[in-house]
Amino acid sequence: MAERAPAVELKGITKTFPGVVANDDVNLAVQPSEIHAVVGENGAGKSTLMKILYGMLRPDSGTILMDGHEVHFRSPKDAIAAGIGMVHQHFMLATNFTVLENVVLGSEPAHAGALDFGRARARIRELSESHGVPLDPDRLTEDLAVGERQRVEIVKVLFRGARILILDEPTAVLVPQEVVELFGQLRELKEQGVTIIFISHKLDEVLEIADSITVIRDGHTVTTVKPEDVTARQLAELMVGSDLPIPETRESTVTEEVLLSVQGLGVRVGERWALEDATFDIHHGEVVGIAGVEGNGQRELIEALIGLRKPDTGTVVLAGTDMTEWSTRRRRENGLGYIPEDRQGRGLLLPSPLWENTMLGHQTLYPFARGPWINKKGARQQTEHLIHEYGVMTPGPDTSALALSGGNQQKLIVGREMTAAPKVLIAAQPTRGIDVGAQAAVWELIREARALGLALLLISADLEELIGLSDTLYVILRGRLVAEVDPAAVTPEELGSYMTGATKAGAA
Amino acid sequence: MKRWRTRLLWLLVPVSAIVLAVAVSSLVLLSIGESPVDAFRSMFRYGTQANSVASMINRAVPLFVAGLAVAIGFKMNLFNIGVEGQYRIATLLAAAAGAAVTLPAPLHIAFIMLVAMVVGAAWASIAGVLKVKRGVHEVVSTIMLNSIATGLVAYLLANHLRKPAAGSELLIATPQIPPSGQLGPLTQLGGEDLRSFLLLAIVLGVAVYVLIWRTRFGYDLRASGINPDAARVSGVDPNKMIMRTMLLSGAIAGLIGMSDLFGFFHAYTLDVPTGIGFDGIAVALVGLNHPVGIAIAALVFGWVDRAAQILDLQGVPKEVIIITKGVIIFSVVIAYEIVRRLVLSQEVKTAAEETRRLEEEKETVAA
Amino acid sequence: MSWGEVDTGLTPAVGAETGRRLDARRVLLLLGFVIVLLSGVRWITAAPDLTSSGTYGAALRLAVPILLAALGGLYSERTGVANIGLEGMMILGTWFGAWGGWQFGATWGVLLGILGGTAGALVHAVATVSFGVNQIVSGVAINLLAAGVARFLSVVAFTGAGGGATQSPQVTSTLPRITVPVLAGGSFFGWESPDVLGWLERQHWFLVSDVSAMFRGFMVSLSILTVITLLLVPVTYLFLWRTRLGLRMRSAGENPWAAESLGVRVYTMKYIGVLISGALSGLAGAFLVMETAGIYREGQTGGRGFIGLAAMIFGNWRPTGALAASGLFGYTDALNLRSDPAVHALLLLAAIALVGLGAWYLYRRRFIGGSVALALGVLAFVWYALTDSIPRQFVFITPYVATLIVLAVASQRLRMPTYDGITFRKGEQIS
Repeated sequence: MAERAPAVELKGITKTFPGVVANDDVNLAVQPSEIHAVVGENGAGKSTLMKILYGMLRPDSGTILMDGHEVHFRSPKDAIAAGIGMVHQHFMLATNFTVLENVVLGSEPAHAGALDFGRARARIRELSESHGVPLDPDRLTEDLAVGERQRVEIVKVLFRGARILILDEPTAVLVPQEVVELFGQLRELKEQGVTIIFISHKLDEVLEIADSITVIRDGHTVTTVKPEDVTARQLAELMVGSDLPIPETRESTVTEEVLLSVQGLGVRVGERWALEDATFDIHHGEVVGIAGVEGNGQRELIEALIGLRKPDTGTVVLAGTDMTEWSTRRRRENGLGYIPEDRQGRGLLLPSPLWENTMLGHQTLYPFARGPWINKKGARQQTEHLIHEYGVMTPGPDTSALALSGGNQQKLIVGREMTAAPKVLIAAQPTRGIDVGAQAAVWELIREARALGLALLLISADLEELIGLSDTLYVILRGRLVAEVDPAAVTPEELGSYMTGATKAGAA
Repeated sequence: MKRWRTRLLWLLVPVSAIVLAVAVSSLVLLSIGESPVDAFRSMFRYGTQANSVASMINRAVPLFVAGLAVAIGFKMNLFNIGVEGQYRIATLLAAAAGAAVTLPAPLHIAFIMLVAMVVGAAWASIAGVLKVKRGVHEVVSTIMLNSIATGLVAYLLANHLRKPAAGSELLIATPQIPPSGQLGPLTQLGGEDLRSFLLLAIVLGVAVYVLIWRTRFGYDLRASGINPDAARVSGVDPNKMIMRTMLLSGAIAGLIGMSDLFGFFHAYTLDVPTGIGFDGIAVALVGLNHPVGIAIAALVFGWVDRAAQILDLQGVPKEVIIITKGVIIFSVVIAYEIVRRLVLSQEVKTAAEETRRLEEEKETVAA
Repeated sequence: MSWGEVDTGLTPAVGAETGRRLDARRVLLLLGFVIVLLSGVRWITAAPDLTSSGTYGAALRLAVPILLAALGGLYSERTGVANIGLEGMMILGTWFGAWGGWQFGATWGVLLGILGGTAGALVHAVATVSFGVNQIVSGVAINLLAAGVARFLSVVAFTGAGGGATQSPQVTSTLPRITVPVLAGGSFFGWESPDVLGWLERQHWFLVSDVSAMFRGFMVSLSILTVITLLLVPVTYLFLWRTRLGLRMRSAGENPWAAESLGVRVYTMKYIGVLISGALSGLAGAFLVMETAGIYREGQTGGRGFIGLAAMIFGNWRPTGALAASGLFGYTDALNLRSDPAVHALLLLAAIALVGLGAWYLYRRRFIGGSVALALGVLAFVWYALTDSIPRQFVFITPYVATLIVLAVASQRLRMPTYDGITFRKGEQIS
């Protein structure tokens, strides 16, 4: 029985970086016009594999075959020419450019060097209509919403005649409704003969859309299965190799004492209210979760709470004291802890040794400072304590922070905030982009701290995390807290529809 | 990675700079028909004389102070190019103030220094305010302020601060500072005075080191330079930090002219050296923004300047050393980048290996 | 907004609102208003040089090097490389322009000036693009190096040949000049045409004469380099916004990683941008020698490289903006050179403008800005009223003060290329 050659095949791909083997003899075969999912946890090697397929990296050994013929990619240009298009997880868009400029860049239609705008516009309109991806070529990319920007990325690859689409964690920034739209577009593309490689760690979505699933773990291919033959749980175990931890909390530890009281907090940015009339309390021993699509006021809420931005209305009261007028430093010194969502950008001094990072946020207090002087010995001791207590894998307290993996960096940050025994801890996306082991560790730390009485504000896009950890769960939409849901009863789908405003709170 | 291997790599920075500088200068000299060997030999002979050593140190002290001022800014990612203007106007006003009062000796010196620091800080604060309140980038604003300072100094000197001309005296200068405001030489080397401000400069260098690396303020400053967002989140007020850094940088810049003022000129005249501010930037860059490195760089530059004096007598244009200095600057900054990346990637590799080892250990223990 | 800092949204831009962008219509309106104001002040203060054709001609002539520097900076920064070293490249342009002009003639002088500036830019490009050195550090170092090189070369080439360490021998060769016939009295195939605008100017009629003077100033004794420079403005716009190469160059400054992922050679784009900036700065230097001084003199550039940078910023990184800003700076530079009464009259203008600005701010409820502007306006008026003239030294600093004021007022409404000043290393992802 003659079998058609796979559209794309990766055979025996190996790639090492200093200190780590990212891909070890990986095999992947994708049939034409199928949606093939590649799953694995963070750090398993999926991204590296795709970068190799897209020509951004060269494998140490192994071959790439397209339609049965061996190919070599020296750069993305070669891959693009071969019909491969990549839609990156972090959008590669120039916000100051129009949609048209972003789409045509690098493959511009031109007459003797001068851009042919007419041809470009026509082609973009044609592609966006025929593939069900609505777009206006002359809009400024900056003005587009997240889902729309993803469409630009898709049209970008279609514009180059891609027959094979690689989507890297495409639903990471989307809410259930937008995921439905995306899946519709993908099915449409499949009808048109496009082959799709879909990288994700969201197993229920994968089971819904994929025709075929390959599991990668620790740089190896584990197996390839069909979605009808396997459950999410089984897939997860294949991915991790052992039992998956669940972020469920046990008994309630919420007490009567209010540690953080936010009343009518509002932040105006220009003409509009980015945050409006936010009111909630966090009690001693309570985890309050806030669910919402990125860009609905979470950033302004956090900044107002931390003291980076002066609210236009409202008050923030910490353990009975009004801290609305306080500086950031004063808040940090008085028991407000913060785990930033962008750990490298806001939580660490990457080139500095770990002990200087342990001090960050607490540099005015003992044991890190004595009067006006910094106490290097105290800082190093504290760092060593953190390394042991929180399982940070590192040679020592003098290592530079950037030498640590993402998971270990996060453990350090979580550890340093928790050891400071804050009254209230704000955690933004605390387990984003770290491996499952570290994620489980962080969840456990949060549960322990909660049992000891910590009041925690959890802002996350991980719906499972929110549902699993929160005692009280709010939904934020367009700057307002529009709903309070019962984490014990709500499903991710329901939560998602509150988040997009599809369901209004109070609508029975 | 082994400590000494890292140290060795870092040593590459100054070594490669010197090698390249000598090479390029030699090529330039050859191209105009001069012998580099002869030039360097006579420079060396002249430059190692006792009086040359004194001259080298005298030249190095203002450069060192300038380098410190600039480096403080650099550590905070602030480019205070206005050091030149700050020290000129500070020296002028300090000289005028010093001549206008009489105080007992140590107080008089302190007073003059204080005036210089306050004026320098005030001039720098203009750029600071513009940045904090209006978002004007300090590079352009400080450069503009340099030129404005030049004009202001010329105006003030010609019209207000000038000492009364005696007869047909053409000298434009502030009145002489009385002896209580002067500093005699530390000692003499080969007949050349070694100016006493050297001691104060050393104290200043130590103070700056301690401030930047051992105090909370210094931590905040360095953190702001490394990652302003993380610093903000950790409690640093960015506007206050910018202002404080500019004020500090300007205050130290104000002291640049003190060595010459106390030890030689005793007044602000048209002969007071200019351009030290810009050389200070070079010294800070070559010294990699650390007081020890700056001291060494200042001495090197001071030596080169002095030793090159002999070249004129040999018919070799001494301006070739400007090219030498320029090559040193570029080699240092480029070599620094290369070495920094090498060391960092080595560190990442070692850390990853160590981590692997630790994880394996943990697993075998658990088993 | 600052080189080397991407707007992470963490630091709300100091006191900013989402401002309306300065669009063409508002600018023209503003310009018209300014012209009327100038005419008024001229009439009141009887300082004809405030709006004479001589002043405007000088303004144009002095605006050219600033505009060239601004455009040069634009090319570089649009590809994401901050170029503080424009001054140094201009210095190289002046030196090589003078040397070339002295040795081989004016045209060669211009060409060599351009090459000199480009050479300086090459060093900057290698350091920042290939080696990843901090762009501001490299720019500052270029300025130091260029000054030194110029000094050294002067000693070698000029001493004993009619010049010295700080200046060159006279450059006698000149470039062709154009004067528009009929309107400005240029000769037309040997026929001396009437000078219509000149006649209008001499009538000293309010506004009409001033406007005539302005146009005449732009038509008399125009250097060919001036014409080329002015043409570069639309050329730059067309090149950067309407061609394939221009789009790729801009992408290097807006999102180099996106560009790289699409196969654009980002390093090459940056090199092109920086080298063009050097060429234009070199041309500016050559222009300074050929058209204004006829000689190389140390310090000739007088900070115009930095003023050009300010013009680029004030022009919001767009060619037309750079033109307008350079015109403004050229005007203040011209007044500075031409007459003291005019600079004195400028005080009155400043007073009126500041009071007006203050009132406007107060009307929009910006009390701090409003009171500051008002206070400064009153001070300026008092200074004007109590004095007859401004000290020479202050006249000298007018362009620098003007630059500071312009930047202070405008810095916040501006938008620089997203990744301008950020070091891009191939293969390293920022997030």
